[in-house]
Amino acid sequence: MRLTCTVNGERQEVDCAWGGESLLYVLRERFGLRGAKNACEQGECGSCSVYLDGTLVCACLVLAAQAEGAEIRTVEGLAEDDRLHPVQEAFVQAGAVQCGFCTPGLIVTTHDLLERSPHPSDAEIREALAGNLCRCTGYEKIIDAVKDAAARLG
Amino acid sequence: MSQTPTLPAPVYPREAPARDGVGASVRRADARLKVSGGFDYSSDLSADQALWGSTVRSPHAHARIRGIDIAQALAHPGVRAVLTHADVPGAKCYGLKVADQPVLASDVVRYHGEPVALVAADHPETARRAAAKVIVDYEPLPPLVDPEQALGADAPRLHPDGNVVKHVHLERGDVAGAAAQADVVVRGTYEVGMQDQAFLGPESGLAIPTDTGVELHVATQWLHDDRRQLAACLALPEEAVHVVGAGVGGAFGGREDLSMQVHASMLALHTRRPVRIVYGREESFFGHVHRHPARLHYEHGATADGRLAYVRGRILLDGGAYASKSAAVCLVASGTAVGPYVVPNVAFDLHAIYTNNPPCGAMRGFGAVQTCFAYEAQMDRLAEALGIDPVELRRRNAIETGSQMPTGQRVDGPAPVAELLERLQAMPLPAEPAAGAPRDLRELPGGVSNTTHGEGVRRGIGYAVGFKNVGMGGGVDDYSTARVRVSEDRGEPLVEVHTAACEVGQGGITIHEQIARDELGIQRVVVLTPDTSVGSAGCTAGSRQTWITGGAVKTACEAVRAELLRRAVERCGASDTALAVKGGAVVADTGALLAPVAELVAGDPIDETREYRPPRRTQPLDENGQGDSFLTFGFAAHRAVVDVDVDLGLVRVVEIATVQDVGRAINPLAVEGQIEGGIAQGLGLALMEEVQVRDGIVRNPSFTDYLIPTILDMPPVRTEILEYPQPLAPYGLNGVGEPPTIASTAAILSALRAATGRPLTRVPVRPDDIVEMQAA
Repeated sequence: MRLTCTVNGERQEVDCAWGGESLLYVLRERFGLRGAKNACEQGECGSCSVYLDGTLVCACLVLAAQAEGAEIRTVEGLAEDDRLHPVQEAFVQAGAVQCGFCTPGLIVTTHDLLERSPHPSDAEIREALAGNLCRCTGYEKIIDAVKDAAARLG
Repeated sequence: MSQTPTLPAPVYPREAPARDGVGASVRRADARLKVSGGFDYSSDLSADQALWGSTVRSPHAHARIRGIDIAQALAHPGVRAVLTHADVPGAKCYGLKVADQPVLASDVVRYHGEPVALVAADHPETARRAAAKVIVDYEPLPPLVDPEQALGADAPRLHPDGNVVKHVHLERGDVAGAAAQADVVVRGTYEVGMQDQAFLGPESGLAIPTDTGVELHVATQWLHDDRRQLAACLALPEEAVHVVGAGVGGAFGGREDLSMQVHASMLALHTRRPVRIVYGREESFFGHVHRHPARLHYEHGATADGRLAYVRGRILLDGGAYASKSAAVCLVASGTAVGPYVVPNVAFDLHAIYTNNPPCGAMRGFGAVQTCFAYEAQMDRLAEALGIDPVELRRRNAIETGSQMPTGQRVDGPAPVAELLERLQAMPLPAEPAAGAPRDLRELPGGVSNTTHGEGVRRGIGYAVGFKNVGMGGGVDDYSTARVRVSEDRGEPLVEVHTAACEVGQGGITIHEQIARDELGIQRVVVLTPDTSVGSAGCTAGSRQTWITGGAVKTACEAVRAELLRRAVERCGASDTALAVKGGAVVADTGALLAPVAELVAGDPIDETREYRPPRRTQPLDENGQGDSFLTFGFAAHRAVVDVDVDLGLVRVVEIATVQDVGRAINPLAVEGQIEGGIAQGLGLALMEEVQVRDGIVRNPSFTDYLIPTILDMPPVRTEILEYPQPLAPYGLNGVGEPPTIASTAAILSALRAATGRPLTRVPVRPDDIVEMQAA
C-alpha cells in the first residue's frame, strides 16, 4: 500500500508493508518522527496526539490509509528553527516535564486548546487535557505550564 | 557491531547552563528535547536490519506444559527465529534476590501472562501473528490464589521450598501484659488491592549482537543488576554484556525486575541481528510486577489519656508467582508496621507468600503504603473510641529524634512528625461551596456525569502521616560510583559526569549536574549516558539516588578539585591562603586568581572515579525483628478534603495539603514535582487503581479498564516543604520520592470516612462501598 501525505509541511510518500499499520506506526517507523508516543495504542492516553487536517487526533486510532492526502502536524513541527514554540518553552520552565513520555501529546493538545481558547479557565484547561494521561507530575505543573503558555502567546 | 566508546554520548546536548548549583530550581536539561519530541526513549531506538521480537505468554494462571510446537510459527513468512526454554543459553531462571523466575517457562507456568516462547520477525505484526501460531499444550492446574490458603500446611507447594517467600516475626516489650491493662482497644482488618506502576513508556529496548556478546539499550532502574542477570542467563562473562540506559518513560519500581532484557538478547544472539522488543499496553501489565496486595489485621491498645500501649497484628502480602522483591517489601512493612509513633509493646507476624497471582514486587512506597493505610485507619478508630481529636492523638504519640522504633532502632535524624501535623492543621482549608447556590456540575463528584444536583454531597476532611526508610536497608551494601572528568574545550573548562544511575524521570541528572557545578565552580557540566562501563550506581529505588549517587558525584568532584589545586600550586607555588575553585578558576581566598581551570587541564584532563557509601551500614533484622535495619527515614503528612455524593458513590477530591521534611531541597522545583506526582499515585490507589485478578486471571490489562488519575481527578495540591538537615547525608539532603505516595491514600480514606461515616477498610474504594453501606 502506498501512502502520500504532507507531514509538517513536507510532502511524504511511503510504502506500507501492511494495510493495518496505524498513522502512529507510520509516523514513528517509516517517517522516523518518534515524537508521537506509543504509550497505550488504544486512544486512552493522548501521548500520540497529532493534528490531522487541523483536527487533534490520537494517531494510534487512525489507520495510515485514512491519512491519504492529508496534512499532518506533529510535535516536531511546532518549533521554528531552533526556537521552541511558547507552549514548549512554558512546559520546560514550569517543571511540567518529568519522564516526559506524555509530554509531546500534552504539548500538541495544549497548542490546540490555546488556538481555540487563548485564555482558558482552570476548568477549561482540565477539560481539554482530560484525555492526556501523565503518571509523573500530578498535573499541577502542567496546569501552570498551560497558563504560562497562554500568557506567552498573549 | 557497534564499538563501546571510551565515553558515552551526553544524555542531551547542552548550551552553557544557567549559573545554578545546589538549592536552585534548575530546569531539566533534557526537557528541551522532551518537549520537542526528539528525546530517545527505549521504544524509539532502531538499527539497520533490526528485527522485532514478540513474546508468547501463558493464558493460564497455573498449568503444566506438556509440549511446545513451534513448527507453524517458524514456517510463517518473515519469521527469523522462534525460541523456547531449550534455547536459553545459560541459567534458566533469574531474579533480583532469588533466581526463581524462568526466562521462558519449561514444565509449568505459574501466572497468567508468563513468557513461554519468543519470535523474531521482520515486522512487528508478523511477529505477533507468528507468536499466535506457537502451539503450547497446557494441562491446566487449579490456581492457588488466596495467600491465606497458600500459607496453610496442606496447600500445594508452588516452589520447592514451599510457599513462604519471607516471614518476619517482630516482637518488642510485653504485648500480653500491656493488653491486660489497656483502657481502650480497637481492632480492624484492612485490605489493599493490587496497584500497577502504570508508567507510560512501555517495556522496550534494542539488543545488538557484538563480536563478544551483546549490547543492550534498555529502560531500566539498575543497569548493573540487569547485566548480572543477563550474563548468567546468556552464559556470557559480564564484560561481554554491555548495558546502556535508554530513555525511561517512568518506572516507580516496575523496572527493577527484568522484562524483555534476556528475551531480546537471546533473539539477537540467535539471529546475529539487532532485535527490538516493544510491549504494548496490555503486555506491559503482564511485563512487570505490581504493588503487593495486602491483608492487614491490627489491634491497638491505648491508655485513657491517648497513649499507645501496644499494637499487635498480622500482615499477609501476596507476592504472586515469583519472589521478586517480596522479602525487602516485607522488611519495610515490618519497619513501618505501627507508623511513626512511639509504641513500647509490639508484636507482628508478616508473611510474603507465593501464589498463582501476578508477581508482585517494587512499587513506590514499597510496603510502607500498605501499612500506612492500616495504621492510620486504626489511629482514626482509636481517636473516636477515646473521644480525642485524631490529629491530637497522632501528635501525642509521634516519634521524635531519639525515639526507639519497634525494631529497636533509634531515630537519630530529624523526625518532625508532630510539627508536620501542626503545620498541616494550620494551613487554610479550601472554601466551602455557598449554601443553596447552584453548583458548577464540573465541581461535583463525577463531574458532568453527575446525575443529581449535588443534594447528596457531603464534605469530609482527613489527616494522615506516613514514613519510610530511605536507601537500601536490611544489610545491603548500598553504594554508588561516579566518574568526573574535567577537560578543556574551546578554551573553557568542561565537566563530564559519568555514572550508571538510571534517570527514570525523577530528575537525577539535573541533581548530579547541580552538585558537580557547585563542587567545582565550573558552569559547563554535562551528564553522560549511563552505562555499565563505569561502576554500579545501585538501583534508582528507595528514594536513594540523590543521596547515594549524588554523594558519589560529590566525592569524585572533591578528588578532581584536590588535583586542580595541586596543579595550581605546582604551577604557581604554594599559597599562604586557602584555595578554591570558583568561576572556572583556582583562586585564593583573598580573591587572587592563581590559574584558570582550562589552562590547568589543557591537554591533560583530570579524570577521577570514586565510590560513595553512606556513613551507616544497615543490618538484617534478627529472629525477633530487631536490628538497625534502615539508613534513615523520610516523613510526610497529608490532609485531604473530599466531596462525596453518598447517593451515587462518587468522590471528588477537592484539595490535598501536605507538609514534608526533605532535609535539603537540592532542586525545589523537582521536589515539588515529586510531591505532586507521588500524591497523584496515592489518590489513584485510594479511589480507582486496581489490577483485577479473578482465579489468577488479570481482567483489566488496559488503560480503558485500569484507571489512573486524569487531570480531572487530581485536585490542587497545597505544599509546605521543611528542610531539617539530615546529618548523615551530603548537603543535609534526604530522600524525597516515596513519602508523598504513602500517607496520601490514608488521608483520602480518612476524609471519606468522615464524609460517609462508613468504615471503608479496603482500597481502592468503589462506588458500591459507599452506596451499599449507606443503604445498610
